[in-house]
Amino acid sequence: MKLLAVTACPTGIAHTYMAAEALEVAAEEAGHEMVVETQGSAGSTPFTAEQLAEADAIILAADVEVRDKDRFAHLPTITSPVKKAIGGAAGLVEQAVAKATAQPKGTPAAAGGAPADDDRDMAVKSFGTGFGSKLRGWLMTGVSYVIPFVAAGGLLIALGFALGGYQITEAPDIVAIGDDNVSVLSFDPGSLTSWAALSFQIGGLAFGFLVPVLAGFIAYAIADRPALVPGFVGGMIAVQTGAGFLGGLVAGLLAGAVIYGLKLWQPPRALAGIMPVLVLPLIGTAVVGAIMFLVVGQPLAAATTGLTNWLNGLSGTNALLLGALLGLMMAFDMGGPVNKAAYAFAVAGLSTGSETALMIMAAVMAAGMVPPLALALATVVRKNLFTKPEQENGRAAWLLGASFITEGAIPFAAADPLRVIPSIMAGSAVTGTLSMAFGSTLRAPHGGIFVVPLIGNPFAYLLAIVAGTLVSAFLVIALKSARRTPEATADAGAAPATAPVAG
Amino acid sequence: MTALITADLVDLDVPSGDRKSTVAALAQRLVDAGRVTDLDTFLADIEARESQMPTGLEGGIGIPHCRSAAVTEPSLAFGRSSSGVDFGAEDGPADLVFMIAAPEGGNTDHMTVLAALARRLVRKSFTGELRGATDPAAVASFIQQEVGA
Repeated sequence: MKLLAVTACPTGIAHTYMAAEALEVAAEEAGHEMVVETQGSAGSTPFTAEQLAEADAIILAADVEVRDKDRFAHLPTITSPVKKAIGGAAGLVEQAVAKATAQPKGTPAAAGGAPADDDRDMAVKSFGTGFGSKLRGWLMTGVSYVIPFVAAGGLLIALGFALGGYQITEAPDIVAIGDDNVSVLSFDPGSLTSWAALSFQIGGLAFGFLVPVLAGFIAYAIADRPALVPGFVGGMIAVQTGAGFLGGLVAGLLAGAVIYGLKLWQPPRALAGIMPVLVLPLIGTAVVGAIMFLVVGQPLAAATTGLTNWLNGLSGTNALLLGALLGLMMAFDMGGPVNKAAYAFAVAGLSTGSETALMIMAAVMAAGMVPPLALALATVVRKNLFTKPEQENGRAAWLLGASFITEGAIPFAAADPLRVIPSIMAGSAVTGTLSMAFGSTLRAPHGGIFVVPLIGNPFAYLLAIVAGTLVSAFLVIALKSARRTPEATADAGAAPATAPVAG
Repeated sequence: MTALITADLVDLDVPSGDRKSTVAALAQRLVDAGRVTDLDTFLADIEARESQMPTGLEGGIGIPHCRSAAVTEPSLAFGRSSSGVDFGAEDGPADLVFMIAAPEGGNTDHMTVLAALARRLVRKSFTGELRGATDPAAVASFIQQEVGA
């Protein structure tokens, strides 16, 4: 059989060539022809048209984006980390051969999938070669830069709650600008509350970067450095307009697409030098900013208002149904407009002090704690379904979830929204319903596990949280596992239309 | 072009307390040979690469490597450890450590030599020869001959 492979690694001086050698040797030993394109720093010789036409399958062993991947759209494809190709070259060759046999090139993957891929222990991911896998790569890049912000900011906020209780949100600004433009410092080194407020406010600022960084680096992954500015600015606008993290995803993809499009234009010579530092960021930011403010921002703001009014109208209906609805909303966008509408609805009710209002507050907090907890659990139970950065984020997510910082789930949701968001919505709905059913009440607007002493019927309350967490974790694992099977080599044209786009 | 490796860049009993001490000892040899201008910058670049993903490979090999502005010539420092040093490979510590130093703006000739070296690293005959070697000068000339530079 005639096989091709592309190898590429971040530094481009070692793994790229080691993997190439290992694949060549393994193919030769198995009696196949193998040509490797090493996309490393010694320059690469692209495959000839003849090689591409004659090949039976291709192995992409890379830790960075493979260049010009659309050349291989017609070939059965095996994808693997570059290191795997060094230690397990023979296995990859075997898989490529099996796949080429099971699914001749140029034909779409048969429903039910190539049998060679069923062995999950191989830990070789075979994503589609089309738009879906690219999208996933972009989102993962954004996510990997966001995780440290989530962890650092979230844990500082949690520390603030732990030291200062739920009232810490009301503490005065550490440094406030007074009426006469003079800074006022309100910090007492002897006061625990001051330290708690300090930690909470630093954490809050770090959290403020979450959406802009996500948007900025998604854009960066798509169209490189010139896309950073429009991405960041678009993300900031998503924050300002209350569009939340889903708005940030839109901003990042939009900024990447705009810059990518602008780059296709061949500028006159005089302009070429200043394209990447001036022209592209300037035009891109203006375009993305305008779209975010005018097209995306306003409907989202209107949606928030609409949802709030709707909830107010619903408050008479069946309590269990309301609990489920609030749960769905809390998990939907993790700190975005829908989540905020549910949360604001609950907090607004607190001032009335009615039994129902306190039950609603309890249900909302419980539902908001579920997403990070569930994903933390899932990373422990099925490590290999998550990337390394995601596994690390999972560790912080335990504490974030316990502190009712729903944003802890954003990195997971941003990387794989179509699987993660429905799973956590289901779990949060279960928790919201159960919390209402158990009649748990809560007088504090925030605080997570630290305010359990204030909760009416605390044990049932914890049980509700555990139940939702289990449901979500199970669903996430089930949906992510299902991805492994069929989609292999949908031809490039059809790929964007297939359902699991984020795969 | 100067040789990729010379006898004074070979340490057949490299300090093996932990990964950092091994890396530092090999880096110091590159500094002493005048191939690395600033030890701290170089070590930071090595660590930066290492933190992306450990460079340990199955079969007892560690390849700390980077492109760094502190490197003047593409260079290889080779260390052998009897006790082994953990480079994060799944199957245990590395006894052969190849520190690959590439200059920031290396030209294609430079990179071709390093690519040839990387290809040798996965060959059992190459690593086997290095495991049995007793003389630094012989190691240097063997590697030099293998990469054809």
